[in-house]
Amino acid sequence: MHIIASSETDAILVLLMSEQTPAVRITGLKKTYPADKKQPPVEALKGLDLMIKQGEFLALLGPNGAGKTTTIGILSGLVNKSEGTIEVCGVDVTTHPDKAKSFIGLVPQEMNFDIFEKVINIVVTQAGYYGIPRAQALKKAEEVLKELGLWDKKNAQAQHLSGGMKRRLLIARALVHEPKILLLDEPTAGVDVELRRGMWDFLRKLSASGTTIVLTTHYLEEAELLASRVAIINHGTIIEEGTVKELITKLNFVTLILDTTEPLKDAALVLLRDMNVKKLDENTLELTLSPGQTVNEAIRKIAATGIQIANIRNAGSRLEEIFVNLIKK
Amino acid sequence: MALRSPILVGYYTMVRKDVTRVLRIWSQTLLPPAITMALYFAIFGTFIGSQVDAIDGFPYIQFIVPGLVMMSVITSSYMNTVSTLYFAKWIKTIHEVMVSPMPNWVVVAGYTSGGVLRGFMVAVIVIAVSLFFTKLTIFSVGVIIGAALLTSLLFSLLGLINAMYAKSFDAINIVPTFVLTPLTYLGGIFYSIDQLPEFFRILSLFNPILYMVNAFRYGFLGITDVPLSLAFGVMGGLTVLAFIVVMYLFHTGKGLKT
Repeated sequence: MHIIASSETDAILVLLMSEQTPAVRITGLKKTYPADKKQPPVEALKGLDLMIKQGEFLALLGPNGAGKTTTIGILSGLVNKSEGTIEVCGVDVTTHPDKAKSFIGLVPQEMNFDIFEKVINIVVTQAGYYGIPRAQALKKAEEVLKELGLWDKKNAQAQHLSGGMKRRLLIARALVHEPKILLLDEPTAGVDVELRRGMWDFLRKLSASGTTIVLTTHYLEEAELLASRVAIINHGTIIEEGTVKELITKLNFVTLILDTTEPLKDAALVLLRDMNVKKLDENTLELTLSPGQTVNEAIRKIAATGIQIANIRNAGSRLEEIFVNLIKK
Repeated sequence: MALRSPILVGYYTMVRKDVTRVLRIWSQTLLPPAITMALYFAIFGTFIGSQVDAIDGFPYIQFIVPGLVMMSVITSSYMNTVSTLYFAKWIKTIHEVMVSPMPNWVVVAGYTSGGVLRGFMVAVIVIAVSLFFTKLTIFSVGVIIGAALLTSLLFSLLGLINAMYAKSFDAINIVPTFVLTPLTYLGGIFYSIDQLPEFFRILSLFNPILYMVNAFRYGFLGITDVPLSLAFGVMGGLTVLAFIVVMYLFHTGKGLKT
């Protein structure tokens, strides 16, 4: 590991880190952006608590302005916190910021590299900032650029890369020092479907190799497919967290689509008014199960009204349902 | 020799990147001072200077060369750090440095060294140009290097402060235009303050650039309007003060972190 160990204390901190140490532990994190000209102060984080285990793949979901980028910014050292504590691999980011930063790789939302610089130089320079000697950095850069399919572009100026390649360059740069934790701030925003899927495969492989990944995203499908755990953030606090399965079970927002053999009659629907059903068209009903209600029970009630069910299918977007319902609260 | 210490590797990476940039865009960084100073030497030194009496026994052109070299060092060092850091802020490449585990003092040392090296490169070029117009005497190499080093260090640090506060490209030109240039011109480059009326002579003593120009001139000609120890005291004191301010601003993340 190429980290800047500037003192014996730092070396001891590394030794103290066991497998049980959380990759990230955030407690009571608050951030208020000061007033600027005509803008009043903005309270972006209001006491956020979050723990991420080593090797976990966490998706941080939330609408715009929820506090996702602020959280990532504070974790990576780009934003000053107002209050609270953050530990990265057991190291306090306030007392040992340099040590904590050595564990993290950041893939930002914006293309923040020098567009006039060659691809290889961007990656090798970043490795240098992490204390990796140039000869070693060149080898490591070759490795990550090959892995991300950018090796044949190594001598191209970054400005001449396609949008997708630029995104991959951000990932290569973040991985060159082999971070224990990779933070990705909406890495697939504006990326086409094929490329997005390629990036998902890469992130799955990276996660399987033991890297802890924190991903903020607007694509709920992305969170559902990739993450082992999801944390939903809104108005500066975590409002729900768990595995996708846990969230669905806990919140029971299962939505089913029922196709009927005959057109739906209003009289039958009146009998179902205590249930969460919605007529989508003459032959289609949408059923959202109430908390604690089983599929069997719901179907029995519907069948009792005389409605003949031809087919049942899942409404899909399960996480989306949860997400929308949660942030509405 | 391969560098082993991560801190040294980080520092070397910063300096290498900056020096590579300075050399790559030499027509913007190294050529302009050579042309500007050649004009100064020709117009003020040769054309007008030939009509001016010798100062302290030295022909006018010989008297002004050290000051003009120092003016180039000041401008180059300042502009190097202010433009490098402000541009890095503007295109957000500063984040590459900020997310890294390099301590703040290494980052400050990296940027400052870039400014000092550009200042020295420009000094060598301008001195070489001056040889086309006059002969050069050297009184004390140590004083020349010491004065140039402290001056370029100080103005590299001041450039960083300017860049941290700057919120637009205009803001990085305001200080050089309205503060640096007047102070430099009034810093005894073209005259000895002993030639000034008493009030302006005393007023000039409050201009820190006067001490830098005179110390540098002493290194070449062995003459100075101010005591050498005072000159080095002013340069050293201001450099330490500027370093403390820069470190404090980096610690708080002024203009860098939100």
